[in-house]
Amino acid sequence: MTDATMNSKPGTEIRRPTLTGERLKKRYAAERRFRLYGLGSILTAGLILVFLVGSITGTGYTAFLQTYIKLNISFDPEFLDPAGTGDVAQLASADYGGMVKKNLRDNFPEVTSRRDKRKLYNFVSPNAGFDLRTMVIDDPSLVGQSLDLWIKASDDIDMLTKGYVDRTLEESNRRVSDTELVWYDKLDSNDRIESRFNTDFFVKADSREPEEAGILGAVTGSLLTLVITLLLSFPIGVMAAIYLEEFAPKNKWTDLIEVNINNLAAVPSIVFGLLGLAMFLNFFGFPRSAPLVGGMVLALMTLPTIIIASRSALKAVPPSIREAALGLGASPLQVVTHHVLPLAMPGILTGTIIGMAQALGETAPLLMIGMIAFIVDVPGGFTDPATVLPVQIYLWADSPERAFVERTSAAIMVLLAFLIFMNILAVMLRKKFERRW
Amino acid sequence: MSEKKKMAKSDASPASKATPPNATPKMKGDKVKVFYGEKQALMDVDLDIQPNEVTALIGPSGCGKSTFLRCLNRMNDVIDICRVEGKITLDDEDIYDSTLDPVQLRARVGMVFQKPNPFPKSIYDNVAYGPRIHGTAQSKADIDEIVETSLTKAGLFGEVKDRLLEPGTGLSGGQQQRLCIARAIAVNPEVILMDEPCSALDPIATAKIEELIDELRENYTIVIVTHSMQQAARVSQRTAFFHLGELVEVGDTEQIFTNPNDSRTQGYITGRFG
Amino acid sequence: MNSFFLILVVIGLSVAGYAVGRARSVFAAAGDVRILHSLPSYYGMFVALGCGLPAILLLAIWLIIQPQIVDHMVMSGLDPSIMPQNADAYSLMLTDIRNLSSGNATSREASPAIVAATERYLALQSIGFWSMVVGVVCIAMLGLAWARSQISRNFRARNAVEKIIRALLIVCSMIAILTTVGIVLSLIFESIRFFARVPFFDFLFGIHWSPQTAIRAEQVGASGSFGAVPLFAGTMLITLIAMLVAGPIGLLSAIYMAEYANPKFRGIAKPMLEVLAGIPTVVYGFFAALTVAPMIRGWGEGVGLDVSSESALAAGLVMGIMIIPFVSSLSDDVINSVPQSLRDGSYGLGATKSETIRHVIIPAALPGIVGAFLLAVSRAIGETMIVVMAAGLASNLTANPFEAVTTVTVQIVTLLVGDQEFDSAKTLAAFALGLVLFFVTLGLNVVALRVVRKYREKYD
Repeated sequence: MTDATMNSKPGTEIRRPTLTGERLKKRYAAERRFRLYGLGSILTAGLILVFLVGSITGTGYTAFLQTYIKLNISFDPEFLDPAGTGDVAQLASADYGGMVKKNLRDNFPEVTSRRDKRKLYNFVSPNAGFDLRTMVIDDPSLVGQSLDLWIKASDDIDMLTKGYVDRTLEESNRRVSDTELVWYDKLDSNDRIESRFNTDFFVKADSREPEEAGILGAVTGSLLTLVITLLLSFPIGVMAAIYLEEFAPKNKWTDLIEVNINNLAAVPSIVFGLLGLAMFLNFFGFPRSAPLVGGMVLALMTLPTIIIASRSALKAVPPSIREAALGLGASPLQVVTHHVLPLAMPGILTGTIIGMAQALGETAPLLMIGMIAFIVDVPGGFTDPATVLPVQIYLWADSPERAFVERTSAAIMVLLAFLIFMNILAVMLRKKFERRW
Repeated sequence: MSEKKKMAKSDASPASKATPPNATPKMKGDKVKVFYGEKQALMDVDLDIQPNEVTALIGPSGCGKSTFLRCLNRMNDVIDICRVEGKITLDDEDIYDSTLDPVQLRARVGMVFQKPNPFPKSIYDNVAYGPRIHGTAQSKADIDEIVETSLTKAGLFGEVKDRLLEPGTGLSGGQQQRLCIARAIAVNPEVILMDEPCSALDPIATAKIEELIDELRENYTIVIVTHSMQQAARVSQRTAFFHLGELVEVGDTEQIFTNPNDSRTQGYITGRFG
Repeated sequence: MNSFFLILVVIGLSVAGYAVGRARSVFAAAGDVRILHSLPSYYGMFVALGCGLPAILLLAIWLIIQPQIVDHMVMSGLDPSIMPQNADAYSLMLTDIRNLSSGNATSREASPAIVAATERYLALQSIGFWSMVVGVVCIAMLGLAWARSQISRNFRARNAVEKIIRALLIVCSMIAILTTVGIVLSLIFESIRFFARVPFFDFLFGIHWSPQTAIRAEQVGASGSFGAVPLFAGTMLITLIAMLVAGPIGLLSAIYMAEYANPKFRGIAKPMLEVLAGIPTVVYGFFAALTVAPMIRGWGEGVGLDVSSESALAAGLVMGIMIIPFVSSLSDDVINSVPQSLRDGSYGLGATKSETIRHVIIPAALPGIVGAFLLAVSRAIGETMIVVMAAGLASNLTANPFEAVTTVTVQIVTLLVGDQEFDSAKTLAAFALGLVLFFVTLGLNVVALRVVRKYREKYD
């Protein structure tokens, strides 16, 4: 190094930045562009969300309606009770399907060919007979009468009413043939087609027939599963958090548990399903498809969420409160149960609700333990075979019938409604008990 | 090498005398008021900053001296709730004028902070950052030259010339602060603001920085906030004393420390409060 | 009467034990509770725990062990002539018996011997259950009596209760470890059985995946080929597409929220991203299969591209959308922990906001952002429902995003859902895939968490 550079007055002259408008303009343009990228990203995310919810509600809302056809039904004793015994057992086992078909023929006397008859039978739900059976068993005096009744339409006709059948298509390319369209229009012009609120969707379990399929079975299954999940993961999670936060010595062992919990939180959910399959089903021999096992698997899965949330809630309680209680001679456990835990409870509950919401939306691990079976009954207990709402959505999404698409969307709307409710609950809890120390 | 430097400095320092008051001030504060939300932090401060001089702002904690300093290059703009009233000029230009933008201003009025804050990049990139964003240098050679001269001016080149590509965060505290000064002068500002630049440093590092400040005076106008009255006395030509958001007294450093007009100044420099 | 009812009985007994213990302590103190070592409620709790804890423990052990014993007794009691020869046939027969006993249909016509075994199975089950009831209730009573006998004026009930509760706390915190151990053990055991049939390296490096069909009919023990490379490639392709969507959008959103947005905007945008994160994956899957895939197919046809209806692009795009909030919230945290002094330093030199972000904040936050991205990748690799619903089933070794590919998780689901042949190479393959999945995501998580932690320590 020469003396010249050492000098406090360096040789180079002072060069002020050339703050010309040109360059500054460029820099500000870059600034605006960058800012726009950020804003654009958030707006993109928002638009996607709107599009997603919009496309689902758009296809789903029609599932809350069901088409009914007004038909003149005569409760012909020939079908129901040919011997005239009036015996309930006889009424219960009668051929209602045949009766419905006969009535359809009577309502459309012009239909004669075998092929057309089959098309005609396809107008009403295959299960319409069961509804009539219930009516007759409730009121045996109906036998022999003839009434105008609203009969549930089949899914094809339902789709037609809802405008999902494109009449401009070639006949071979649509589910409803030209003849059927003519009959339908005739019914429609006579005001014999009506859309009603689809109560069956909420009070029935799964079915192969879209117009008969409901979500009650799946919702009950979800509920039973969540009860098990909550009963297991909440106490275990809170107790684990208390130990780790309040009692555990800071050593390698505790470190290991901590690292382990953080990792478990990031293990793919399907791996928990494999654990459930190998451990609970194959090794311990627990029943397949049962909410009990589903709940246990989901409990293991939500445990890390609850532990992590509980620990941060416990951590937020200032040490001064612990010291005050200890100073009064309370035992460490009393300090925790009397003071720390009540103060941390809102935070813990918020975390638990969020964990439960996660569990409610979880599908993959439940597929592994067989909760994917087709189940037409509403489960009555924790060991009954059951399915859950997300799995029901998956099953319906896989079904080919057009009518299941809207039902899938509707089931998604119900699931999202539950999740939104839970999250609002969590937010309210957090707001209400938010405390600044 | 530092020996040599010291000698050069000791020749120069007795000559340091405040510029006569009739010279045009480089910067001028006129009735500057600052509010943080509802709270007023500065009350009607009138302060002239003379060119090629070190002006020291002293006063007890929370007196508003740092707030005033940050007004001089509009660093307060970063804080949402902060509002500035009054007028501050740089070469008779209102710096709060809407046509003048803070980026332009800050290229002319640089700043060195309390805690050394080198970017997590190499020493070279730290210094080159300013010239690059402002486009001062056209070529790699230009930047090389600016980096070298800036580091040399900051008295750091000798210590780091072999490891220019190592991260700036690996230097010692004093070196980091000199790096930050080098980073500031690489942009060649007209004014350098220093916010307690030595408060996080040990005495030896502090001495080096003070020496540096004195050298920089030849080319730059310097405003320094300091907590230490000794430091103000050592490095500055003019001293302004702030108290509770008010500018109590400003004058030649010698006068302020030997014969203050205001009793509050007297109280502070004799250590009765602060 | 089932196990739940038994649990209720035990709880009832414990409550009674509480009352007994409390009363006993008051009696021991002759009414003056001040001379007791602990509060009467602690004596109550001591008796309640003494009654309930061993009983519940016994119940749990019994429930776990009984099926094993019953299975063994039923199978060893079978007529030697129909005794299954190998493990596969053994478990198949066992499944038949179990299914019959719970009234389900079986895979084949039940022979009289099987029906007899089923009856025996049911009988043993009921014997087991009732002896469990007796055993559990006896233990509960014994525990209650013992705990009550311990109570005296000087008995340190509080210390005893606290000791027990502390032990319980420790047990609870061990559950996390046990879960991991359980995962590792179950995956490894099943995988070992798989690798006994299919060589390890054929699995890891083979490029043919067709678990359904036999290559050669006479080949012993092989029902298909299990080269997993196409699955790994498919997983990586979809993950890559997902990260190309989620990476920029998530990171830029995080930057905007941390550096530009005013509190009001943040107040809307943050919950919006949280909603995106809270949507169940099955919904995304439906969205991908029903809306996005046909849309992409349509666009592809519009420009003359041949796009599969189960294209990797559709699955990847939607997975990317799912991961956006994940990337943005992690990056947001990371960017917010960059100290203000660095921003000040840059602004003080006259840098604009975007210059400060690009040249100072991002480089400073880089390790944390890398960690966030790694976590997001691990999330994408393990994601199941979107790919099950929107990606293909057949293996396809390609890098073309318009073709259908299959992934590790898709195969796990298809191999294990539906009619299962227990212990076939096909079902076991799912566990081997699960093992790979577990260790890959674990590795990513460990590295990512460590990187993020190191980064945090740097600025804290």
